[in-house]
Amino acid sequence: MRILITGIGSISSIGQTSGEALHAMSGKHSGISSLSLFESRYKGNLPVGEIKKSNKELTEILDLTPGRTYSRTALLGMFAAKAAFEDAGLSRRKDEKLRIGFISGTSVGGMDLSENFYADYLSKPSKGRLREVVSHDCGDSTERIASYLGIDDYITTISTACSSGANAVMIGAQLIRHNFLDCVIAGGTDALCKFTLNGFASLKITDEKTCRPFDESRAGLNLGEGAGYIVLEKETNRYPESYCRLAGYANICEAFHQTASSPEGNGAFLSMQKALQTGNLAPEQIDYINLHGTGTPNNDLAEGNAIKRLFGKKIPYFSSTKAFTGHTLGACGGIEAVFSVLAIRDGLVFPNLNFKNPVPEHGLIPETNFLENKEINVALSNSFGFGGNMSTLIFSKR
Amino acid sequence: MNAYITSSRLINPGFSGEPDYKAFIADPIAGRRMSRAVKMGVAAALQCLSGTETIPDAIITATGLGCLGDTEKFLKILIENGEDLLNPTPFIQSTFNTVGAQIAIILKNMNYNNTYVHRGTAFESALLDGMMKLSEGEAKNVLVGSYEELTDTSLAVQSRLGFYRKGNKAGEGAAFFLLSSEKTSDYILKDLAFAFRPSEEALQEKLQAFLAKNNLNEEDIDIRLSGENYKHLSGDYQTVSSFALWFGMREMEERNAHRMLIHNHFLNINHTFILVERE
Repeated sequence: MRILITGIGSISSIGQTSGEALHAMSGKHSGISSLSLFESRYKGNLPVGEIKKSNKELTEILDLTPGRTYSRTALLGMFAAKAAFEDAGLSRRKDEKLRIGFISGTSVGGMDLSENFYADYLSKPSKGRLREVVSHDCGDSTERIASYLGIDDYITTISTACSSGANAVMIGAQLIRHNFLDCVIAGGTDALCKFTLNGFASLKITDEKTCRPFDESRAGLNLGEGAGYIVLEKETNRYPESYCRLAGYANICEAFHQTASSPEGNGAFLSMQKALQTGNLAPEQIDYINLHGTGTPNNDLAEGNAIKRLFGKKIPYFSSTKAFTGHTLGACGGIEAVFSVLAIRDGLVFPNLNFKNPVPEHGLIPETNFLENKEINVALSNSFGFGGNMSTLIFSKR
Repeated sequence: MNAYITSSRLINPGFSGEPDYKAFIADPIAGRRMSRAVKMGVAAALQCLSGTETIPDAIITATGLGCLGDTEKFLKILIENGEDLLNPTPFIQSTFNTVGAQIAIILKNMNYNNTYVHRGTAFESALLDGMMKLSEGEAKNVLVGSYEELTDTSLAVQSRLGFYRKGNKAGEGAAFFLLSSEKTSDYILKDLAFAFRPSEEALQEKLQAFLAKNNLNEEDIDIRLSGENYKHLSGDYQTVSSFALWFGMREMEERNAHRMLIHNHFLNINHTFILVERE
């Protein structure tokens, strides 16, 4: 069964809509800036890809009941999921009586609120505002987004660290193939918070300058935030106007280390290879790779080595968009799925910012310009996470 | 295609105590780094596989609140140290997929690996994924399980939130199941259904539709399990339905029953039905 992509929606530091994101990328305007959302010792030291809207502003734009408390993860998710839902025309298609599911990936859920709660709670267990802890679990954001869209046929949440969003897309397709659902909104959402900022800083894989994916001088990632969702449908639905289809997918576990990839990129290789196999595709059919490309020494070495091994001398266009958005963790699989769909729709290759010299071990040179009028028939998107949870999605025009 | 339940293993400290984890987690350094949540999950998974000589084609984990102990440990030190000089280990081990990843690392298993984190329906989502993997032929053997750990903070906070207002006691535990597309046992995980925020009427409709879909009437069900039957034994937690499945299979064996329906919900929000048959 062919699974069509009929809607897209994203919000990130380079735009509150996918159109704004495209515009920013065409002008090479990065969304990386200094932190303003919350107080932290990393303010001014670690650049981030934050969305310059407060929770209050987001609540207003989303037309939610004033005074209610929503985690930022839920708010960002509502923004992007609503855009995808409308893009697929689902609010106009009630007569089709589609069974619609919502599958969301997130790595921290409502931590942006619960870390406030916990600070008060630590001083005294009767302290801390309960409305700031009820949204702690990952399922909260998913439930709230689903309610916002009026979806109740199937709802679930996936958390495999930075591959969460990509896994959500894969599961969405599986549920349609099995005739469990007719349509799924799938992707991911994650908000910046102290917990992850400190976590990645403690691992010493954050860069004090803007990140430089695939560059020799890369020194780590910049954290970002955002949400990205795509709408998947079976092609026998009545009105599927599609951008492309989900042609291949893979989820593997490298089973190597809790936080690091093997330098030779065994996991990345296997993930891409399996995705090609499920799609019955040869490596030379790939026109563009949206890299995981976080800018950490380890990821970019491993991912590059894997690409070199898999594609040999005929390496397609490839770039990381993380120097635009920052690493949005559980959301990146969703956001970059949106970008991959846009690459196919408009025939684009996105620039890999801040690249000067290749990684000596593999020597790969990503595309650094915004290319237009390219024939992008097949785009591949990688998302790799802690725990060795690695996933690849392949989108195809035909 | 049937999903046979080849083996199952439960660790529920309040009900059955805890095993000697050293027997399952050979690497002492890895063992020391593991929180109780990870130990419970990993040990239940490894015990479930032991003696089967099966290499799972998929490892699917479920949890409501994940590795709470390590999450809290990292948050506490973050606040107390003013975001300075933090040990990354609890952060690394706090991610929800730690249990699934650790199982894969110990087994050197590079196959499909996923983690569901959706409140009271996470375990059923994992089962559904596993059943679909089997029916697509993508997998012959799938390891599916859940873990939940209770900490002082989660007990205090969930009490303040009124989770235990109706007399239900707090609980925790892990349970893993090996599902197979080939006949390896008499127990079959037949079907699943979900009802998200249903009205009483919608829930009844959902149940009737579920029975009809499986060509069953109410009287065909030998054992009907709901929280009242097992939560006083297991305690209540987001992924308690894994306890129910383990417990219910034992009841089926003892009572020589052929068909069991489990109705589960956490805090009466989302509901699930699990149908198990015995050949």
